[in-house]
Amino acid sequence: MEQAIEKSRLQRFLDGDLWHSFKRNPVAIISFIVTVIMIAAAAFAPLIAPHDPFNLAAIDIMDASVPPAWQEFGDPRFVLGTDDQGRDIFSTILYGARISLIVGFASVIFAMVVGISLGLISGYVGGRTDAFIMRIADIQLSFPSILIALLIDGVARGVVPKEMHTDLSIYVLIFAIGVSGWVQYARTVRGSTLVEKNKEYVQAARVIGIRPLTILWRHVLPNVMGPVMVIATIHLALAIITEATLSFLGVGVPPTTPSLGTLIRIGNEYLFSGDWWITIFPGVALVILVLAVNLLGDWLRDALNPKLR
Amino acid sequence: MALLNINNLRIEFPSRHGTVVAVDDVSLNVQPGEVLGVVGESGAGKSTIGNAVIGLLEPPGEMTEGHVLLKSEQIDTLSLEEKRKIRGRRIGMIFQDPLTSLDPLQTVEQQLVETIDLHLKLGEAKSQERAVDLLRQVGIPEPELRIKNYPHQFSGGMRQRVVIALALCAEPEVIIADEPTTALDVSIQAQILELMRRLCKDKQVGMLIITHDMGVIADITDRVAVMYHGKLVEEGTTEKILGNPDHPYTQSLISAVPRPDVRLRRFPMVNYIEEEGERTKDLDLSTHWLGQARDFDAVEGPLLSLKNLVMTFVTKPAFLKRNRIMFNAVDDVSFDINQGEVFGLVGESGSGKSTVARMVCSLYTPAAGEVNFAGTDLTKIKSQNELDYYRRQMQMIFQDPFSSLNGRMKVLDIVAEPIRFHKLASSNQEVEQIVMDLLDHVGLGAQAAVRFPHEFSGGQRQRISIARALATRPRFLICDEPTSALDVSIQAQVLNLLKDLQEELGLTMLFISHDLPVIRQMCDRVGVMKMGKLVEVSATEDLFENPKAAYTKELLDLMPRLDKLSHEGLELEDA
Amino acid sequence: MIAFIFKRLLQSVVVMLTVALIAFAMFRFVGDPVNNMVGQDTTDTERAQLAESLGLNDPFIVQFGRFAFNAMRGDFGISYKYRRPVSELILERLSATLELSFVSAVLALVVGIPLGVYTALRSKGIISKGIMVLSLMGVSLPTFLIGILLILLFGVVLRWLPTFGRGDVVDIYGWWTTGFLTVSGLKSLILPSITLAIFQLTLIMRLVRAEMLEVLRTDFVKFARARGLPDRAVHFKHALKNTLVPVITITGLQLGALIAFAIITESVFQWPGMGLLFIQAVADVDIPIMAAYLVLIAFFFVVINMVVDILYYAVDPRLRADAAV
Repeated sequence: MEQAIEKSRLQRFLDGDLWHSFKRNPVAIISFIVTVIMIAAAAFAPLIAPHDPFNLAAIDIMDASVPPAWQEFGDPRFVLGTDDQGRDIFSTILYGARISLIVGFASVIFAMVVGISLGLISGYVGGRTDAFIMRIADIQLSFPSILIALLIDGVARGVVPKEMHTDLSIYVLIFAIGVSGWVQYARTVRGSTLVEKNKEYVQAARVIGIRPLTILWRHVLPNVMGPVMVIATIHLALAIITEATLSFLGVGVPPTTPSLGTLIRIGNEYLFSGDWWITIFPGVALVILVLAVNLLGDWLRDALNPKLR
Repeated sequence: MALLNINNLRIEFPSRHGTVVAVDDVSLNVQPGEVLGVVGESGAGKSTIGNAVIGLLEPPGEMTEGHVLLKSEQIDTLSLEEKRKIRGRRIGMIFQDPLTSLDPLQTVEQQLVETIDLHLKLGEAKSQERAVDLLRQVGIPEPELRIKNYPHQFSGGMRQRVVIALALCAEPEVIIADEPTTALDVSIQAQILELMRRLCKDKQVGMLIITHDMGVIADITDRVAVMYHGKLVEEGTTEKILGNPDHPYTQSLISAVPRPDVRLRRFPMVNYIEEEGERTKDLDLSTHWLGQARDFDAVEGPLLSLKNLVMTFVTKPAFLKRNRIMFNAVDDVSFDINQGEVFGLVGESGSGKSTVARMVCSLYTPAAGEVNFAGTDLTKIKSQNELDYYRRQMQMIFQDPFSSLNGRMKVLDIVAEPIRFHKLASSNQEVEQIVMDLLDHVGLGAQAAVRFPHEFSGGQRQRISIARALATRPRFLICDEPTSALDVSIQAQVLNLLKDLQEELGLTMLFISHDLPVIRQMCDRVGVMKMGKLVEVSATEDLFENPKAAYTKELLDLMPRLDKLSHEGLELEDA
Repeated sequence: MIAFIFKRLLQSVVVMLTVALIAFAMFRFVGDPVNNMVGQDTTDTERAQLAESLGLNDPFIVQFGRFAFNAMRGDFGISYKYRRPVSELILERLSATLELSFVSAVLALVVGIPLGVYTALRSKGIISKGIMVLSLMGVSLPTFLIGILLILLFGVVLRWLPTFGRGDVVDIYGWWTTGFLTVSGLKSLILPSITLAIFQLTLIMRLVRAEMLEVLRTDFVKFARARGLPDRAVHFKHALKNTLVPVITITGLQLGALIAFAIITESVFQWPGMGLLFIQAVADVDIPIMAAYLVLIAFFFVVINMVVDILYYAVDPRLRADAAV
């Protein structure tokens, strides 16, 4: 009898509006598939990539600047051509996407943890704590995230000894992009917390005697996660763009472990000499990845906000 | 032919769960100078009718059958542009919430003149004159001055008058009012209804009033149409429907309306809509879980005694203390509640009654005064753990059934939370057993435990709230407008349940409501609050028969008179 | 009104002080200022003298006070790399960045707002859906990639437009140089300003659309329709004005962001503006330039915010409120 009524989590999800809206939305399905394929390809890059672009022994300078396979002078070994050093573009894209995604996910998680915690505290405690945190957020919000990331990066260059630059640069990058993004989470979570904390279920918990931290964790947090997931998805796209931009500007990851942005930067120098493929293919990969994630975020926002339909 | 005819109307809303028939074969007519009430509970489809008549159905809603005729002219088949020309010109509309019905960025004059000039083509100067005249007609003092104001500079009642003026701009033949007074206080409701009735008679306008409120129906309508689940179940004169209804649904609805004039023991025949689960009656407290651990500290004198309570809110924050503008939401309130008594607190919105409740259960800390519970001043207790001891004895039921339950938790975990927190059971198994017992006891059935709140109706959710409050085995229960968000027949069920529980468990209650008839049905003694102050405390029957304070008299006078209500089959409380 | 402006001014001062403090901390504690200013062969005595003359031995608060005072007069010290006053370096490049940002801002507003309104009003239409997909492309294309694609198309393939620099500029008032007055200057502006505008344009468009859809669902719009007002009046008299109230704030912030976003565009097009100076400073750890740039951006932001607040005040009668009666 009870089993009949009690539904498993999976079943609840399948019955839910979210899954229903996903099923009916081809754009969401396609962007989900594309995202999954890109993440998988990046994760298994060493297994999929036809060449190892970082094995100096395997690279032949004679193969430098080979155009894509279907063009005149193309080489079937290098589907998308090679760069100035003879590295296979397709393989470097796989490895580059790996770095881009690692930095993207790590900085999103970092920003999320910081932003959610500060937002919950700000909204629930209120008063001066709230005013203080929100003033900082306001000030930071007046600077575009790219500028914040650049400043942190620049400061880190001054603080970290030169010989450690290369090793630490990826962590600096994650920190810089993460710090530049926490405000969005904090503001949203604070706003939702202010709404939730005045709802009667929170007051009921307080009347029972439940302590504030438990209330935040058990009652408030699960109810503010919807908008947070939307922000996180869109922020992932933004973080990948920011990383690419910083790397393009030459202050991101070092050229020894190139990300998509680094590859575009390298290729940009050959644009005028007609070797367009060195910069365009990594660019296309970046755009497809970011677009897929953005489309997912867009769908998620509409699906979680039924008013808009 | 009547002024407005609605023939065999059928409106469908296609959705992923199949097509919902919101209105099914409904025929109505309105004569000039007549007020027709359409009454029904939520989901009855009554608002959809109004929207369909003016051609503004919310998509994906669709009129699949039927006709709407205005003075014998069919208007539902007109082009969009033709329909627009009828709106405002020949059919006026009044919505529920005056606070959101006006454009906040335009003055009242701009909005009036725009509408008048559009329909009557009077030109700027004449339109302005007419606008001032309209404001005067709807009873706005100093219309020449006030017309220059923005909507936010008017109070709620005044804004509804402006909305009515806007609806009257072009002297429409028919006015449709959708819950026109639901967002207003009782005193203002009476004035607005009086105004609408007067305008309807003076101008020989046909008026269609859509409402869930029997008080509004009794006050203003000439005829009533009763709707239930999209269907018209009964139609007749107001006297007939209120006094001698034929259809069992109408009978059930009428019997569930709280009487302002007499006190009932229970509400009869209220199970037409939502079948109550079988409640375990005749509870044996000596063996049942709810009866255990009830050996609270004996109390001499009142169980709860409030002394000179004050609560201040900051209305205008400022960095410096002296620059802040403070407002006494509760101002020097003192009263006692004896053990086993139901004490009512009544007042209009903003009178401070809910604030008192929140101070009693330590949600707010009073600015001054004492909250003595069982002889201990709760405001003096510093340690959380010591406060927990009293929290267990005192629980609260909230107003809004949709926000008072955490939608992410199963009913089992919601009701179990207080049991687990206060460690009232030894094992998880025992907790589950208790929760199922409780759910059974409030008439939901044990299998409710494994479901989520959104699977229940408003009334059922309120039962879950009650089960959660009972789960600490309290002796004192605070009910803050526990039924004001519910339909009237569901309200009657929940009030019946609260009455039964109070008797069975010997609970002491603080019962807060803005609704005097409900107070009369529930309470032994009543306190009346006005703007933070307690103006009168009396035994309930004394208060209703013999009010002392001027404000109480005023409130009682404004109470809708339901003299036409049927008295058949009622079980009156022995005096 | 005066109290309101005064309060805003006070807040602005707090923001500026906070930013100045960060800038000063960067200047003082990232690397050793003395080391950065002198060569390898400087003696310890000379270093000590320099430290003394820079006031590095004074108490923190005195140093910060001096820094803030100098910053107010536009004095941000000497660039480590160029060995020239930072204020001079920035002033030379200010006009390039401001002209670029101005053109982009106008572009973003003039195209973004109408598109937002259009997509909101015809939200189910094919064209609207197409615009929405395009706008998502706009958000997904990194600015530098847009620049590269434009260069590839108009510079390399079609050879229509210049792809780097400002072209010929004309001096006005001695320190302001403008590209508006020459053909090559105007031509040079086209690609960079489009590049810079696209991201903000899509943001503004999507924001206007979302706000407008929100307003179209409100009761007062429904009531306006119920009074028989024609769509034109409902949309443009009632809905649009209410839409623009919240849009003003965010748009103001976005336009402030344009000046900083110019960093990327300037880098792609070798546009001789402040952004290019800044990005080189980051690469070289030229702290005085970074600090000055930070303070300057904050200043622009504060000014824009003041303007936005006053606009807001003018548009929304609720802020000029007296109590309801």
